[in-house]
Amino acid sequence: MSTPVTKLQLSGVHKSFGDKHVLNGIDLIIPTGKSMVVIGGSGTGKSVMLKCVLNLLQADSGSILVDGQETVGIDAKGRNAMMKKFGMLFQGAALFDSLRVWENVAFGLVHGRGMHRDQAYPIAVEKLRSVGLDEPVAQLYPSELSGGMQKRVGLARAIAANPEIIFFDEPTTGLDPIMADVINDLIIKSTKELGATALSITHDMASARKIADYVAMIYQGKIIWSGPVDDLDHTGNEYVDQFINGRADGPITTIAA
Amino acid sequence: MSISRQQMMSQSIPFLKFLTETCQAVGATILALFQSCGRLALFLVQAVINVFTPPYFPRLIQRQFVDIGYYSLPVVGMTTLFTGMVLALQSYTGFSRFNAESAVAGVVVLSMTRELAPVLAGLMVAGRVGAAIAAEIGTMRVTEQIDAMSTLSVNPFKYLIAPRILAGTVMLPILVLIGDLIGVFGGYMISIYKLNFSAGNYLHQTWDVVQSIDVTSGLVKAAVFGLIVTAMGCYHGFNSGRGAQGVGAATTNAVVSASILILIFNYILTQVFFS
Repeated sequence: MSTPVTKLQLSGVHKSFGDKHVLNGIDLIIPTGKSMVVIGGSGTGKSVMLKCVLNLLQADSGSILVDGQETVGIDAKGRNAMMKKFGMLFQGAALFDSLRVWENVAFGLVHGRGMHRDQAYPIAVEKLRSVGLDEPVAQLYPSELSGGMQKRVGLARAIAANPEIIFFDEPTTGLDPIMADVINDLIIKSTKELGATALSITHDMASARKIADYVAMIYQGKIIWSGPVDDLDHTGNEYVDQFINGRADGPITTIAA
Repeated sequence: MSISRQQMMSQSIPFLKFLTETCQAVGATILALFQSCGRLALFLVQAVINVFTPPYFPRLIQRQFVDIGYYSLPVVGMTTLFTGMVLALQSYTGFSRFNAESAVAGVVVLSMTRELAPVLAGLMVAGRVGAAIAAEIGTMRVTEQIDAMSTLSVNPFKYLIAPRILAGTVMLPILVLIGDLIGVFGGYMISIYKLNFSAGNYLHQTWDVVQSIDVTSGLVKAAVFGLIVTAMGCYHGFNSGRGAQGVGAATTNAVVSASILILIFNYILTQVFFS
């Protein structure tokens, strides 16, 4: 069977919370093995879009295809199978604070795939090494780690089961510029090594430029521009232009309409 | 002086507006209540299904048995010990007026086994365990740990909810059984060492009065209360609002709703067993 060219496709995805329409028809295509970064300001619907793709939130309407398979309204069994293709790095790392670092990394392998702990341990240590953390760190608890180390552990956990698609939610938020760049390098290295498709959301333009093959901009719940990262400075879109240059003046207002 | 039709209309409009708004508010509250009951019922069904279907997490279940059962033993033991002691003193004070002191042993054992041990243990565990469960799961919710679990192909209902509900439902009857013994022992201590009862007579009267239904009804109540406490803790934690305030509210709601439901179900179960 040939690998589909499109790994992930969103078409007309809507999501509302009461009267508040957060997603107003998202259309997005992510090619297999490529890294798509969705940029946009706070409250524009980036996180909600990501949660809809991950099935953590149910889209009200529209279509989300993973490898050509519809995931909106998918049953529990199909959802479980789909989740096995995914890895996710959360904004705050979302490590389980009652578990040791290696248990966090091996969590999906042990509890999601039924692997024995003795088998999972060396895999966890290897994944930790791949993100620059030594074996002694494996025995620590998340509360004993710095923010940057927690992000690395989160990344190791995201890639532990060799996922086909990796999601990154604001991967560099809250990190100093050097650590942010280290995380960016690790994201590139990890996705390239796995040959995975990546979908990231961020408002850190340095990070977006570094890790993206393609960039899309979300504004008021819609994708208003998408294209190769090299075209980012020549979009001809005044919204994108204002955002990537971080200007206060422009069509994007900071006061909600 | 007669009031014109127009004047009457203009006077009654504010009242009608007030009435409409009041009805709307009452209606919205009732609808929200039904919505919450429906959500809670669905949550419970899902939780119970996950208790009985694989995969199971034995290490987690074992940990919850220890957390909910073993670590609640001191608080339940102290509560029932002093309740049994007070019960003996109070019933002696009352019954001695009618020369019915011999009823003290029966009152202590029946009160403890049927009502006081299960209700007090339920309320104490609601305060200790229900609050802890809501705070822990609520914190996991707001820090996205529950979302992370889902993305790692682990069902949070199986990993977080089912072990706690199973442990609560199994361990509270055991705690209550121990509480029954401690409570009766408290009454025995006071009766023998303070009220100068004969030890043999006291134990004989206790044994004569108590029937298996008295103990069994208390244990069934305890199982229901254990389910209520853990289910309320899990439900409110799982649906916790954002931030510290959301977790705080979830914790309060877990304890308050569990306590109220324990009292309501205590009446219902008493009616079922003894009416």
